[in-house]
Amino acid sequence: MEHHVNTQGGDPREHLVVIGNGMAGCRAVEELIARDPARYRVTIFGAEPHVNYNRIMLSPVLAGEKSFADIVINDHAWYLDNAIQLVTSDPVRSIDRAAKTVTARSGLTVAYDRLLIATGSDPFIIPVPGRDLPGVISFRDMADVDHMLAAAEAGKSGGGGAAVVIGGGLLGLEAAHGLTLRGMKVTVIHLMPTLMERQLDEAAGWLLKQALEARGQTILTEAHTAAIVGDTRVEGVALKDGTIIPASLVVMAVGIRPSVALAQAAGLDIGRGIKVDDHMVTSDPSILAVGECVEHDGNVYGLVAPLWDMCRALADGLVGRPSGYRGSVTSTKLKVAGLDVFSAGDFSGGPDAEDIVLRDATRGIYKRVVVKDNRVVGAVLYGDTADGGWYFDLLKRGEDIAAMRDMLIFGQAFASGGGQADPKAAVAALSEDAEVCGCNGVSKARVYQAIVDGATSLDAVRSNCKASASCGSCTPVVEQLLSITLGADYGGERTVKTLCKCTSFGHDDVRRAIVAQDMRSIPEVMQRLHWSTPDGCSGCRPALNYYLLCALPGAYKDDQQSRFVNERMHANIQKDGTYSVVPRMWGGLTNPRELRAIADVVEKYDAPMVKVTGGQRLDIFGIKKEDLPAVWADLNAAGMVSGHAYGKSLRTVKTCVGSDWCRFGTQDSTGLGVKVEQMTWGSWMPHKFKIAVSGCPRNCAEATIKDFGIVCVDSGYELSVGGNGGIKVRATDFLCKVATEAEAMHHCAAFIQLYREEARYLERTAPWIERIGIAYIRERIADDPAGRDALAARFRYSQTFMQDDPWAARAAGADRQQHAPMARFTPVDAREMA
Amino acid sequence: MIGEWLDIGWVDEIPVRGSRTVQVMGGDDIAVFRTGDGTVFALADRCPHKGGRLSQGIVHGGAVACPLHNWRIALATGEALGDDSGCTPVIPVKVSGGRVLLCRAATMAAA
Ligand code: SRM
Ligand SMILES: Cc1cc2nc3c(=O)[nH]c(=O)nc-3n(C[C@H](O)[C@H](O)[C@H](O)COP(=O)(O)OP(=O)(O)OC[C@H]3O[C@@H](n4cnc5c(N)ncnc54)[C@H](O)[C@@H]3O)c2cc1C
Ligand code: SF4
Ligand code: FES
Repeated sequence: MEHHVNTQGGDPREHLVVIGNGMAGCRAVEELIARDPARYRVTIFGAEPHVNYNRIMLSPVLAGEKSFADIVINDHAWYLDNAIQLVTSDPVRSIDRAAKTVTARSGLTVAYDRLLIATGSDPFIIPVPGRDLPGVISFRDMADVDHMLAAAEAGKSGGGGAAVVIGGGLLGLEAAHGLTLRGMKVTVIHLMPTLMERQLDEAAGWLLKQALEARGQTILTEAHTAAIVGDTRVEGVALKDGTIIPASLVVMAVGIRPSVALAQAAGLDIGRGIKVDDHMVTSDPSILAVGECVEHDGNVYGLVAPLWDMCRALADGLVGRPSGYRGSVTSTKLKVAGLDVFSAGDFSGGPDAEDIVLRDATRGIYKRVVVKDNRVVGAVLYGDTADGGWYFDLLKRGEDIAAMRDMLIFGQAFASGGGQADPKAAVAALSEDAEVCGCNGVSKARVYQAIVDGATSLDAVRSNCKASASCGSCTPVVEQLLSITLGADYGGERTVKTLCKCTSFGHDDVRRAIVAQDMRSIPEVMQRLHWSTPDGCSGCRPALNYYLLCALPGAYKDDQQSRFVNERMHANIQKDGTYSVVPRMWGGLTNPRELRAIADVVEKYDAPMVKVTGGQRLDIFGIKKEDLPAVWADLNAAGMVSGHAYGKSLRTVKTCVGSDWCRFGTQDSTGLGVKVEQMTWGSWMPHKFKIAVSGCPRNCAEATIKDFGIVCVDSGYELSVGGNGGIKVRATDFLCKVATEAEAMHHCAAFIQLYREEARYLERTAPWIERIGIAYIRERIADDPAGRDALAARFRYSQTFMQDDPWAARAAGADRQQHAPMARFTPVDAREMA
Repeated sequence: MIGEWLDIGWVDEIPVRGSRTVQVMGGDDIAVFRTGDGTVFALADRCPHKGGRLSQGIVHGGAVACPLHNWRIALATGEALGDDSGCTPVIPVKVSGGRVLLCRAATMAAA
């Protein structure tokens, strides 16, 4: 204890006792002194050993940018000058409201006239085994920072030096950043799919993750901590999926709770925090409270700006000139680990809200302004937050932005430029050597020249001078130039069909870019290719999911929410909301065991219909989504797996009887069909894919209207591709003839991979071949043995990840939530429950 | 006492850009959605077109695409978007302390 406290007090003034020597407690005293320095005798109790310091500067201290001395707000001289008694390292343990005294851990008891509780927040510690081990800390005060620095120091000499930060919010990321700078190997474990999900939307969260990973941190999203492991001190963190991450330090930064224990024990009114009125007075008129520990008008705050407003109202009340606190609207403008992010208001969108999105991949910028009825209601900025204050101001004032709408996203300088608010005028005003296309370094004059030389469409400009040919962000400017130069002659029509309305790129551009730039996730594609919507639409999301899956077999994590219902449920939805289930019957063969299992399922689950399909297998109709996992478990038990009758994937391999039985059969078409199906099942494709093998040219398996058809002849196997029996019947084109089964299968694998890599999503082989020509297919598959081998090898590699029966995983409990309702109510129950 | 709100579970039980259902005996299910930026909405699980289960559709922005014929339905208003017209009942919903709460009266009315 640094000061002796005179508990007798010959001082006639009222005694104000403050519990908590933190940001709000000391600020309140400062405000009070500024109004009336002589009115109260003041004593402050602090649990920490320090004078009042700036808590939000702990991150720079951890990062090595500042020292503790730099972040002190009030040094010892301030307490002495203002005759404030400071009691450090001695937390108050109880309040006796009847006697009007507080008692600290040391036994020291002090009487008060007014008591101010400013105890801040307690870090939330997740209740997992091992949470009490030495080496598990939070990030709240200087002591925590000292712990982290010591661990980093120990790591240097011991060669260990690995840290795990649990929590990917602001605090966790600050801790991770500081520890990384201090030389530790840091892993961040975050429960949610994106970082800082409260402040940022998915796109901005993804950018942040990329930037942090580029600095060497490992970020695990959707990761659940199961336990902290170690004998006498922490040795690592175990995740629910069984992974163990070694660590000598674990920082828990999953959230904070208002520190209310003391007030609660004293019998004050508590909600989420200590309840206060507009003058920061609690349910006991002699006791006030301020800072993160309070609840005002239903709100608790976790940032400093509202605390300053509270402290002003509190001091006004203490000197008898009550003004009243009315709550605060907050925006978050933060530097997270040196990266600029900003968010304010409601950015959750909704149908009557419109998003204005600007993405600049080269500069790593994402801006999204949400507008409702011509008013800004929310904003998220990443990378360039200069206009955050302006948007926040527009939002708070509810200003009508109709007049500057087109320019709003470019920021204040552009949008408030008066006459500039016409985008065409803004483009016309650009100087001749202004760079229009940053990716390819193309000036306005060069684009203009291209147009004058006859490039009268966007695509023509792209191929003439490369402007807008890479990331596409300058497309609107190029289109403005076309329309300025050509006037009424510019139709504004694109000749390339875009993938969907969220992008100005076509399927092929997007696919090329994914491979060329090694893109790894849907948000990454959307950012780099300037998607104009925050999370795409039901047209582009499944396409992107497939393109990524195809480009990165094994490495890409399938996005369930980007799949059509059938592929998410692994069954076909029916018009009444039930599902049909089609187990695989290899090559159309079955046996008593399978038939019995199907019969049992039909009876057990009351399926109203079972039918032989046109694909040579049995379809069980009318299964409820809750029953699907049990149905699959029963079918699995009889050795059957998913038939993928629901997928953009291999459907069936139809066969005929073949040489084993048929008097005309030339080869074992049934056996070959089974082998082909075993090689190809499970593969995801641009569209559904069907194969058939007929034993002779009579072609009972209808091989010549399949995506890949094999017709057996005496001397070998005739292969043909691109058939379709659907809406528009198309017979196959002949590909080539091969001598052996092995060659037939090899060609089949190569053809499928070519289709997987080059066709557009939802384009079947028939329209694909009509578009590119059979000659190209022959060139790649029949005439190029090395290319064929490479394609087939890529197919087989990708199949090593695909041939897992999705039903087995579901039957074992995966994705339970897809099948079970979240809750059930009967009207009577619900009334009784309350 | 009859409370105004029905507690149906934790918000993170609903997948982001996905949905879960709540069964109401004797009535249509209710579909509870969570959008890309974490907002929760609830609608009767019945497309205004031909009754498709909206809970099984793809959620994007503030809308869901019906799994049967791809109508887009606004989550906040239940209105069909674009050229289609029709409306699905909206069930008021709120999130408090991480729990999802459905308006009791509207839930029972949907039954
Ligand atoms: C069950 C089945 C009908 C039957 O009882 O025989 C069937 C049922 C459906 N077909 Fe089919 N097709 C079935 C064999 C066929 C065949 C014949 C074949 O495979 O030999 C064809 C023509 C051959 C072809 O595909 O080239 C066929 C051409 C189509 C088409 C048109 C495709 C086209 O490219 O034009 C569609 C629509 C689509 O996919 O967009 C379609 C779509 C459908 C859907 C998925 C409609 C839908 O989206 O809900 C039906 C699902 C019903 C369900 O819940 O199971 N079905 N469908 C057959 C399942 C075969 C299997 O075992 O998996
Ligand atoms: C690392 C970090 C970075 C941050 N960055 C930002 C930021 O960039 N922007 C922003 O707006 N906010 C930020 N914050 C939040 C901000 O620091 C808090 O909102 C603010 O400190 C709250 O002030 P307070 O006085 O209520 O609590 P505190 O500042 O925590 O003060 C409470 C004090 O009371 C003491 N105490 C508790 N119980 C007792 C007891 N029984 N007896 C005696 N003393 C007791 C505590 O030890 C503590 O010193 C950050 C916080 C941290 C930890
Ligand atoms: S032909 Fe039409 S109605 Fe019959 S199963 Fe195929 S899609 Fe359905
Ligand atoms: S039932 Fe929903 S779109 Fe047809």
